[in-house]
Amino acid sequence: MENKLIILIAVILGTIALSQLVRVYELSSKLRKTGEYEVSNRDNVLMARLMLIFMIFQFLGLIYLMIKYGWTGLGVAASNEGVETDWLLNLNFVIILAIFFLTNFLLFYFSFKYVRKPGVKAYYYPHNNKLELIWTIVPAVVMAVIIILGLKSWNKLTAMSGSDAIRIELFSKQFDWTARYAGADNVLGRHDYKLTTDNNELALVTSNTIDTSIRVMLQGPSGIEAIQRILNNRDTVLNDSTMNALRTDLSRKERLLRLLFQMKGHHSKKQDNSAWDDIIQKDTLYLCVNQPYEFNFRSKDVLHSAYFPHFRAQMNNVPGMTTRTKFTPILTTEQMRKKMNDPKFNFVLLCNKICGGAHYKMKMIVVVKDKKSFDVWMKQKSKETFKAKYFPAPVSKAPATPATTSAAATTPM
Amino acid sequence: MASVAHDEHNHADMHHDEHHHEEGFVSKYIFSQDHKMIGKQFLMTAVFMGIVAMLLSVLFRIQLAWPGESSDFLSFFLGEQWAPNGVLKEDMYLGLVTIHGTIMVFFLLTGGLSGTFSNILIPLQLGARDMATGFLNMLSYWFFLVSSLIMLISLFISTGPAMAGWTIYPPLSALPQAMSGSGTGMTLWLLSMAIFIAGSLIGSLNYIVTVINLRTQGMTMTRMPLTIWTFFVTAILGVLSFPVLLSAALLLMMDRLVGTSFFLSDIIVGGEMLANHGGSPILFQHLFWFLGHPEVYIVLLPALGLSSEIIATNSRKPIFGYKAMIGSILAIGFLSFIVWGHHMFITGMNPFLGSVFVFTTLLIAIPSAVKVFNYLTTLWRGSLIFTPAMLYAIALVSTFITGGVTGIILADSALDIAIHDTYFVVAHFHIVMGMSAVFGMFAGVYHWFPKMYGRMMNMRLGYVHFWITLVGAYGVFFPMHFVGLAGAPRRYYDSSSFGDFNESSYNMIMDLNIIITIFAIIAALGQLIFLFNFFYSIFRGPKAPQNPWNSTTLEWTTPVEHIHGNWPGELPTVYRWPYDYSKPGSDVDFIPQTVPLADGEEEH
Repeated sequence: MENKLIILIAVILGTIALSQLVRVYELSSKLRKTGEYEVSNRDNVLMARLMLIFMIFQFLGLIYLMIKYGWTGLGVAASNEGVETDWLLNLNFVIILAIFFLTNFLLFYFSFKYVRKPGVKAYYYPHNNKLELIWTIVPAVVMAVIIILGLKSWNKLTAMSGSDAIRIELFSKQFDWTARYAGADNVLGRHDYKLTTDNNELALVTSNTIDTSIRVMLQGPSGIEAIQRILNNRDTVLNDSTMNALRTDLSRKERLLRLLFQMKGHHSKKQDNSAWDDIIQKDTLYLCVNQPYEFNFRSKDVLHSAYFPHFRAQMNNVPGMTTRTKFTPILTTEQMRKKMNDPKFNFVLLCNKICGGAHYKMKMIVVVKDKKSFDVWMKQKSKETFKAKYFPAPVSKAPATPATTSAAATTPM
Repeated sequence: MASVAHDEHNHADMHHDEHHHEEGFVSKYIFSQDHKMIGKQFLMTAVFMGIVAMLLSVLFRIQLAWPGESSDFLSFFLGEQWAPNGVLKEDMYLGLVTIHGTIMVFFLLTGGLSGTFSNILIPLQLGARDMATGFLNMLSYWFFLVSSLIMLISLFISTGPAMAGWTIYPPLSALPQAMSGSGTGMTLWLLSMAIFIAGSLIGSLNYIVTVINLRTQGMTMTRMPLTIWTFFVTAILGVLSFPVLLSAALLLMMDRLVGTSFFLSDIIVGGEMLANHGGSPILFQHLFWFLGHPEVYIVLLPALGLSSEIIATNSRKPIFGYKAMIGSILAIGFLSFIVWGHHMFITGMNPFLGSVFVFTTLLIAIPSAVKVFNYLTTLWRGSLIFTPAMLYAIALVSTFITGGVTGIILADSALDIAIHDTYFVVAHFHIVMGMSAVFGMFAGVYHWFPKMYGRMMNMRLGYVHFWITLVGAYGVFFPMHFVGLAGAPRRYYDSSSFGDFNESSYNMIMDLNIIITIFAIIAALGQLIFLFNFFYSIFRGPKAPQNPWNSTTLEWTTPVEHIHGNWPGELPTVYRWPYDYSKPGSDVDFIPQTVPLADGEEEH
């Protein structure tokens, strides 16, 4: 509180002091008979010089920052695609730095050089078609080069990935990442958000997960039957808002349930295996060096963005659709540590689209291994398939059947 | 014909005045229909909103430079709820960022810049008695004021203001379960913006009609000052693009309140499985940026117009390539409508569409380059007078270049992948649109202050203010590019997560963040000098002469004391373009537009 008082007093005193200074200045300028609209030659020349001095500091500052910080933040690109991006980025930087230095130099130098000199009249020069044509065409040509090179890279970066690419899904939610390897068949099992349950966080579609979801929707702790029991309980009186909330909840769940039954009708058991062999991996994403990857992105709740700064790759995760990107890592974590001269360095996957309060914490460490150690890890990991980990055998259909029949009896059609 | 009708009206007015010597306080200062007063009202409101937004930025800059450290400054402004023990809360950090962006873009640089100067300059520079309709003009200000108040109120509610970033992308902004600011705060944001848009539309239509219909005799379109051209094109951009934002806001409102699924699909949030299906968050982004990109030029064009006028006047030279300047303004205006997708290269939009937007976006560099070279040639062999306005106008050209060239990188989709949504982007748009437009606004205030208040601002304080602001601006935004190149995402509460995987880049980001914050605080303090100078001069500044800068345009032919109808007698007649400075064969270095061509004199 004391601090605030001191600040307040300081501000008030400062304002008074300033106004007194201005008053003095005002009186003195009255003596000199200037009315604040005529710039004295002294001031004018001073401003012109300051313009030039500012330019020098601006240029030196930029050069200093470039030398000191240039690319050190990220280091060399660690993917095939990134190497090309960096090459193009550097080329573009050369072009724009040239433009920056040239035009800013002219701007500040002209400001300095052509400051008003007593007796020298400005040169009346309203237009010159030839000049104007030149500086329309030159930027157009430069832009054409930039566009052509840029689109060439863009087309390469966004082309479909080859059949040799390994598919990995990156699933995002507030505020973490989960990876899913496509498993032995290299096909990512289908997913549907309505199938999300405790042991199926990624909502993969199999006959079994559909049945489980139907069961949870009907008989789960806040399932349809539970809600109906509360609503139909004659011993309790609910206030209007609770009742309305329950009814809204009930109708939403009934709609979802109908959709689940539809899904069950369309699903063929033959498709199950593409999901069963998928491998779910949390905390750390392991990749194999020199192996092309195709990443599929998905979001559970809001927009996220998968940003791999060191691989120069990025793509948004959009609820309701799947997005894709691809890259081939060319440096292992070990190699990159040596290049960065930092034994604790790691690649990373960051969230780069505002997604809530803890947005800034949402990340996943990425480890790139050489082929040999990756294979060792994968061999171990491939035992933990979706089926083995979350729906271990024997998978029994028994509990699902009564659920179905009771659902048919209770769901209003 | 029109001028005859106006004269009669004016006559009636003077007659009227004989009976009532004074206009009532309310009709003169509050519900005024006079364009000059409305312009000043816009300016005052915008200055206040600007101070708020700047303060918000200082608050979150403190958090970024010294994360987790207790700050009296934070607790003073945010209290225990949002800054317990002087440490900013994560949610409020995003709230501050969101409202800072919203106020700066819409309330300061759209309402403030084009609202103020379109109002003051369009009738004065065209030789009109007032806007086409004074009542709608008044209405547009009151819509603006109400929306400003709602936006301010949203800062004080218990769940906090909108927090989804100024782009308010759903689903985050649609789901109160996702973050606290998406509750009432977001509703107020949408309400405020809907009213703002209504006001902006009314204003823009008025500007367009005035420019088309109320030009005085001899004021052909190609004799209009470039300021008017930019206000005119800006108003057209506003009329064509703001309704699209309104539609986006309304659809979002419906998704939030009545359960539609325009932007929502397959979402589970806070443990609740939503039944919304089939909507697309990308649709919102298309709608938002269909306004959002023209918005950049709505902000920038008036600033470029003001600086064209100021640079010509204070170089004592005609603006070089007047027709080319008009052409570039029109080209920029047109292209601004077909480039919005460059904000969306990595949103999941079809990559082919992305390549089209790369092409159209980079085309904008051509008219922009023409403008820059024309400014440079205007300075060349001029006789420069560095008033504070002139300094700001030149600084605007500098930031327009600096921010423009980094735009070339961001517009290139292949490169955008690597730096999208990092601080590189933040630095880019703050320099090219934030700083340029603010400099344009300062230039305008210093230059037209005598016209607005009949007094002069103190020049030396103007100089001090200018150098602090310019050094501060570059001091903030040059280093910020490098924070972005180190891969630091924007809208991060702190960069602590970098410490977990790359110590050196963490140290670099932290070093730069401290430098940036120090410059930001210095620049913010520098604005106190402006505020003092501004308010002090309104009351105590030396009386202004009629034409303090020896300008050629019509506003300087009006009397210093404001009168209703602007010119006491007949409306002036225009005989020449507005840039006859230092014309050979003339004794004085400027020939006002109202002076007829001499025998044998060519127009230009």
